[in-house]
Amino acid sequence: MHLAAEHFVRSPQWTWYILFYFFFAGLAGGSYVVSTLLRLAGDVRDEPAARLGFYISLVATAICPILLTADLGVSWARFWHMLVDVTPGDTGLNFKSGSPMSVGVWALLLFGFFVGISALDTWARDRGGRSEGLLGAIIGRAFNLVGAIFGLFIASYTGVLLSVSNQPVWSDTWMLGGLFLASGLSGSAALIGLLTRYRPEAAFSLGRLHEADAYFSILELVLLVAFFITVAAAGTAGRTLPLLPLWLLALVGIGSSLVAGRGHMRVRPAGSSAVIARAGTDTLIVSLLVLLGVLALRAAVIFSAQ
Amino acid sequence: MATTIKPGESYGFFTDTSICIGCKACEVACKEWNQLQGNSPKFLADSYDNTGQLDAQNWRHVKFIDNVPEQTVDAGNGTAWLMMSDVCKHCKHASCMEVCPTGAIIRTEFDTVFIQQDVCNGCRNCVAACPYSVIAMNETTGTAHKCTLCYDRLQGGLEPACAKACPTQSIQFGPLADLQKKADVRLAALHSQGSTQAQLYGRDDTVYGGLNAFFLLMDKPETYGLPNAANAGLPSRNDVGGYLAAFVTAVVGVVAGIVAFRRRGES
Repeated sequence: MHLAAEHFVRSPQWTWYILFYFFFAGLAGGSYVVSTLLRLAGDVRDEPAARLGFYISLVATAICPILLTADLGVSWARFWHMLVDVTPGDTGLNFKSGSPMSVGVWALLLFGFFVGISALDTWARDRGGRSEGLLGAIIGRAFNLVGAIFGLFIASYTGVLLSVSNQPVWSDTWMLGGLFLASGLSGSAALIGLLTRYRPEAAFSLGRLHEADAYFSILELVLLVAFFITVAAAGTAGRTLPLLPLWLLALVGIGSSLVAGRGHMRVRPAGSSAVIARAGTDTLIVSLLVLLGVLALRAAVIFSAQ
Repeated sequence: MATTIKPGESYGFFTDTSICIGCKACEVACKEWNQLQGNSPKFLADSYDNTGQLDAQNWRHVKFIDNVPEQTVDAGNGTAWLMMSDVCKHCKHASCMEVCPTGAIIRTEFDTVFIQQDVCNGCRNCVAACPYSVIAMNETTGTAHKCTLCYDRLQGGLEPACAKACPTQSIQFGPLADLQKKADVRLAALHSQGSTQAQLYGRDDTVYGGLNAFFLLMDKPETYGLPNAANAGLPSRNDVGGYLAAFVTAVVGVVAGIVAFRRRGES
């Protein structure tokens, strides 16, 4: 006989600061990854959109430590205790591989370095017209590649952090890290697509961004189904039901991506020109719905256990 | 009989719930020694217990479990409520220690689990991890609080305040090995008297590697709000699986991105 997982834990009261941290971490990591892919795998005409993504990543990454610090009980005075163990007689750098929070803090610090340099590099390219950037072509690409690995981690570890607990729902599944990553990638593609409105030369990539968004959303949908299966198997799916409106919002976001991507995913005749269209109202609406879905998904997960 | 307390040895509590009378002397003694102000009085309308739960102000909490079967346990006795003086279990494999990112939670020289108040920064990861709902945030200090097993008293050679105050010796303090022997004897006595439902919780390593504060229970653990052995998992059980699922997603996501952005020879 299958026995439901029983939990007797107290909620950590990770609420609004953490919700928005998860949201911006998803966009920070996701934007860096999408931009890197645009630069490395895309056409030279994808470069303007890639640059948009690096700027988005900078802004989102800058917000993250502020939210994290504000959430601490002893916030501004002791945030650095995450990095340095101040235990008398045992002082030194703090790194615990078994604590996703500890690993995540270090990853965020290192990712911030990559984001900062990449944003500076992008700014230099924009200002000076240096197409190869500050780091040169080869080193620059390698730099982006390593940064993207950190980006993938930043966008996903928040879900693992929730799972590595004893909270109902969170600890009953392994899917949260992947789910947050897929959702973050989708939201990032949507946000870059949205901001092409303000950078006309980036409009070339709009169709590709919609297409990528749709792929990421399919991945997110698969993981969402896997999430519910695992949580139902653990017997804690009932806790997710009161948050049905949030789950529906998340599904609307996924659906919007798929609808927008549908037109761009059709096989085009070889050698045909890419779809070049200025981001219009439809892109605006779709992008906002996708971003709302990204936020709603995280809210639904966070509040399912609290 | 006074216990000589020596650093380097394992100490703990053996709480025998079969002789707890629910007087809450342990709660009072704990608050008095540890200078805990307590929460504002409130009527919970749930049993005779108005403490409610372990939290930052209640490091000992006597649970009153009155939803017991109507029939008596044995002939000649009335229906007995279950009472249990709950406390931090000072787990051998402590979930809170496992996830604490600051190193604030340590194992002391007495093999107890202790939160260093000057190191904790209030991230609440330990709150999310503790399977017993023991750790809670102190609103005044902004840090996580729980039973210290009277660390300061142990350093001074004194037994914890709750054990000293307990009038029925439901709470016993001492070297862990001695307590385990006493528990085995007590369990055998109860079984011989017909109380076959009596069981030890945390005496062996089936729950979090063994508990330094272990219990003799008169019903199954779930009745007392304690996870049974099947449900007693460490947070790290999801570490590899969680990262693995994220890694697979990352690979698929990157491939999806490459497919979407690949050069197609477009003019």
